[in-house]
Parts: sequence; C-alpha cells; structure tokens
Amino acid sequence: MKYTQRSTRHHDVVIDVQHMYKRFGSFVANDDLSFTVRKGEIFGFLGANGAGKTTAIKILSGLSKPTSGEISVAGYNVYNQTEAIKRNIGYMSQKFSLYDDLTLAENIRFYGGVYGLSRKVTRERMDELLEQFGLMDFKKSLITSLPLGWLQKLAFSVALLHKPSIVFLDEPTSGVDPITRRQFWELIYQAAEGGTTIFITTHYMDEAEYCDRVSIMDQGKIVALDKPQKLKQEYQAGTIYDVFLKIAR
Amino acid sequence: MNRFIAFVRKEFKHLLRDYRTVLIIFGIPIAQLLLFGHVITTEIKDAEVGILDLSRDEVSTKLTQKLLGSGYFKVSEDIHNVNQIENLFRKGKIRELIVLEENFGNKLRREGKAQIQIITDASDPNTAGILSNYTQSIVARFFSEEMAPGLKPLIQVDQRMFYNEELRSANMFVPGTIALILMLISALMTSISIAREKELGTMEILLVSPLRPLQIIMGKVVPYLVLSVIMAVVIIGVGFFIFHVPIRGSLILLFGLLTLFILLALALGILISTVAKTQQVAMLISLVGLMLPTMLLSGFIFPIENMPKALQYLSIAMPPRWFLAALKDIMLKGVGLAYVWDEILILTGMLIGFTLISVRKFQIRLES
Repeated sequence: MKYTQRSTRHHDVVIDVQHMYKRFGSFVANDDLSFTVRKGEIFGFLGANGAGKTTAIKILSGLSKPTSGEISVAGYNVYNQTEAIKRNIGYMSQKFSLYDDLTLAENIRFYGGVYGLSRKVTRERMDELLEQFGLMDFKKSLITSLPLGWLQKLAFSVALLHKPSIVFLDEPTSGVDPITRRQFWELIYQAAEGGTTIFITTHYMDEAEYCDRVSIMDQGKIVALDKPQKLKQEYQAGTIYDVFLKIAR
Repeated sequence: MNRFIAFVRKEFKHLLRDYRTVLIIFGIPIAQLLLFGHVITTEIKDAEVGILDLSRDEVSTKLTQKLLGSGYFKVSEDIHNVNQIENLFRKGKIRELIVLEENFGNKLRREGKAQIQIITDASDPNTAGILSNYTQSIVARFFSEEMAPGLKPLIQVDQRMFYNEELRSANMFVPGTIALILMLISALMTSISIAREKELGTMEILLVSPLRPLQIIMGKVVPYLVLSVIMAVVIIGVGFFIFHVPIRGSLILLFGLLTLFILLALALGILISTVAKTQQVAMLISLVGLMLPTMLLSGFIFPIENMPKALQYLSIAMPPRWFLAALKDIMLKGVGLAYVWDEILILTGMLIGFTLISVRKFQIRLES
C-alpha cells in the first residue's frame, strides 16, 4: 500500500486539544495533552493499555468532561456543547455494534432514526450502502446470517451513515483476519478522501504505519506525535513497532 | 422526539422477535394461576375419611349422613373393626377417622352428652387441622339444629369469614401472582435488556449517539410498561372470569396502583442493570433479590405476622408487601383511597427513591 505518501491536503482543524487534564482523585489519566487533528486526516492514537487513550476518547466524544483544558471537537466545546458534538461524530469499537436479532435494514433504520435522518434519506443511504457492499439480498436477513468478516465493515459504514465530520474508531480491527483488515483500511481511506476525519486507536503497529500522523501515549502523556516516517527517523527505528518499544519500553 | 421513537421501535422489535420469551412471559402467569387455583389449594373437597359408627342408631346415622352430605368428606372404606384403623392410615386410604361411641343416640338423649373421637393423619398438619375444624363445626351445627332446637347454648360462636366467605384461595393467589409477574416482567426483563446492550457493546454506541441518557432509560422502560399493563389485565381477567376473584374497588384506583408498582419495579430493574455487567448477573440479582422476597417476604405465601421479628422488619423494605396489602384491600374489600393512602404513599416514596438512585448511578457510570 502506498497510502503513507498521501499528504494532508486539508488544513481546517476539526479537533483542537490544548492542555487537557483529566484527574480521578489523585490519579491523572490525561496529563496535559495538546494536539490538533485536521479535516480528512487519519490520526493514529497509540499507547499501551491504561495509558489514558480511552479516557481521552470519552472526553472527545462527549461522554465525559475533562478536569481542565480547552478542547473543541467539530467546532464545539466539550464542556457544554456535547449534544452538538454527538450529532457530528461517528463511533465504532471493537465490540459488536449491530443488533444480532434485528435485520440489516432494521439496524440501519434504527441508526438513521437515532441520528435524526429522515426516512427518505435513511432509505437512500441504506440502498447506497448495501449496493456498495453487494448486500442487497441480505437486506431482510438477520445480521447473524452474514459472514463475520462483513460485520466490522458494515458496522463502520453504519457509523458513517449520518455523514459525521469525525469518526472515532476504538480498536476497530481487533480479532479480525488480515484480509478483512486490509479491506477495512480501504474503507477508512475512502472515508478520509471524502473529508471525514478518522481518529483511530489500534494495537496493530503495522496499521499505525497507514496513519497520516501518529501519537503515542504513555502514563497519561503524549510522548511522541508526528508522521510515521518522521518518528521512525527520529527514533532510528525500522518500524513504528520499534518506535513504540523504544518509547514505552 | 423522533430519535426516541426510533429507539422505542427498536426495543419493541427486540421484544417481539424473541417470541420464546414473550411466550414464556404470557405462559408463566397463566400456568401459575391455574396451578395455584386448582392444584395447590388449601380448600378441601371430598377428603377421604373413615367413619366408625359403634352405635348405629338413628341419631348416629343421621349425623353420618350430615357429615357426608357436607361435600367435604367421602367414605372410601367401610370400617367395622378397630384393628383396621391403623392400617388404613398407614396406607393413606383415609385422612381422618370419626368415631361415634356406643349408644350414641341414647346417651345424648338421656345425659345430654355423647362422645365423638376425631383422629387425623397429621403427617400433613394443615390438612389435618382443616379437616378437624370442618368436622367439629358440622357436629356443632348438627347438635344445635337437630338435638336441641329449643335449647340455648351458653355461648354460641357464629363464624363469618369477611371478604372471602368461602375461604377461596384464588383470592389470595391472584393478587400474589400479579405482584410476582409484574416484578418478573418489569424488573427482570428490563435489567436483562439493558445488561444485554452492555454485554453486546451496543450500549457504547447508544451513549455516543445524540440520545440522552434519560431517553435511553425511558426507551427501555416503555415496552415493558406496556407489556406489564397488558399482563396485569390478563391476570385480573383470568382471576375474575375463571376463579371468580371479585374486583370490588374502583378500577381507576386499581390501575393507578398497578401502574405505580410497575414503575417501581422498572426503576428497580434499571438499578440492577447499573450494577450488573452481564445478563446472567442481572438475572441472578433479579431472581434472588426481587423474586424470592416477592414470594416469601411479601405476605403472599407466608403471613408476615408469623415471621421472626427480624424478617418482619426486613419485609418493611419490600415493595411487594405494600403493593399486595393495597391490592387485596382494593380488590377484595373494595375500599377507596382513604384506606390505602399509606401504602400508596410508601410505594410512591420508594419509586422516587429508586428512580433518583438509578438515574444517578447511570450518570456516574457514564462519567468514569
């Protein structure tokens, strides 16, 4: 894949984090985080378990409030405009995010409804989506009748149904086979080309190489943030995996 | 509002798609009612008894007929010999033996008293007690009607069982079953359905969506509220038409009370789901924490007055206890709000308390 060459053409900032702190009692989960993410960028958010990634994602997606700092997401601040943030972001995690006792169409209709899309728009986008995946015949089948590899890709597309400006992906490819992972990344690139900002956490270091920029967190702090290429140069490592090991040790 | 409707529609689909659960929900209460009403009954009809009439005179024969005519007893074995008795009890052929002494009629006429011996099989103490009571009351009535019509006894006990003259057990089981089923549907099903979203991972999706936490809670509650009300109507209907359990009080008050209890049970279900991470845990907490107390500590099966003091105090904290008390009062006694306001006040207090706690817990869980 030659995606690493892709430059960030767009320069509008969609996520702006300045001096973000989150404390739980004496424990500091996020310790002075500052970074910006531009429109259409694929931003990798790496770090060992417990480094504070999940806490940061919860704050950015409006589920939790920071202790201090100036943070805006899609132009809205995370303190009192969380409703507006929620309308403008998509979210997908490694966990199954579709209902296995509902049909494909019912799942999509539900998402459309929750995000306030009209019936007509929902129907149009559903057909578009099913056409793209060649799943028209499965429209009225239960989700469980689909091959497992399809489900993550489908879940991703459903998370984009309301055309959010940012989509948060929390380890979306955990437990997915290599071929599906590759196809999944093609979808991610497609979305990013279309101007959607991708904010992704992953444990697969090869995936980190696909990101436009990567940040690595350790003990609540961001210890490295740059293009994968630059990071490798800076740490004199062959892969991001080696960079990660040098930093997190 | 449209978001909320989309959510509620999804909840109804979950519910209806899982037709086995729906079948169980509707099957259990009906099976339970029929069981309680027909099989597990404390009334006695056609109990097999033996009558050993050692006198065989006019009076003793008349008394025997009176006993058999009551409908409570039937004679299965003819007993001629005292030696047979032990064996019949052992084999379980008879549950009670009534012995009329020799010269029964003569003694009664001459001395004004004669002896009747009642022997019961007390390996089942409840039945033994009831049989013995029935027998005594029939004998007493026989004596006052037949033998001494002019004679006024010194003390005459005139029994009347208010609100349930025939001591029908359905009058007790129908309200109890309502409490049980409403707990089952409302608390158990709600807690499982929320725990399911957590287990599946879809809860995260709901939380990051524009749905407000309160909308998520309400969306979970609405389908089960509807189902519970339908269920309550079915149970009351079965009770009324099949078991002739009366509804003497006002229907508005009755449904007000039902709705109050359903909301309370739903709040409990949400509370459980904030604690339970998986469906199994939710089910276990609901069954042990709610179903058992509803059965055992609410006065449904065991009278609260007979419980050890510690359990009596514990039952004060049990919502079904107050619900059952009010429900019985309204259905059987036909009282108005003036008589059940205290129970309703307690239930309302509990509802507000549990709702506040569960909404708080839901928020806290969001935060961390």
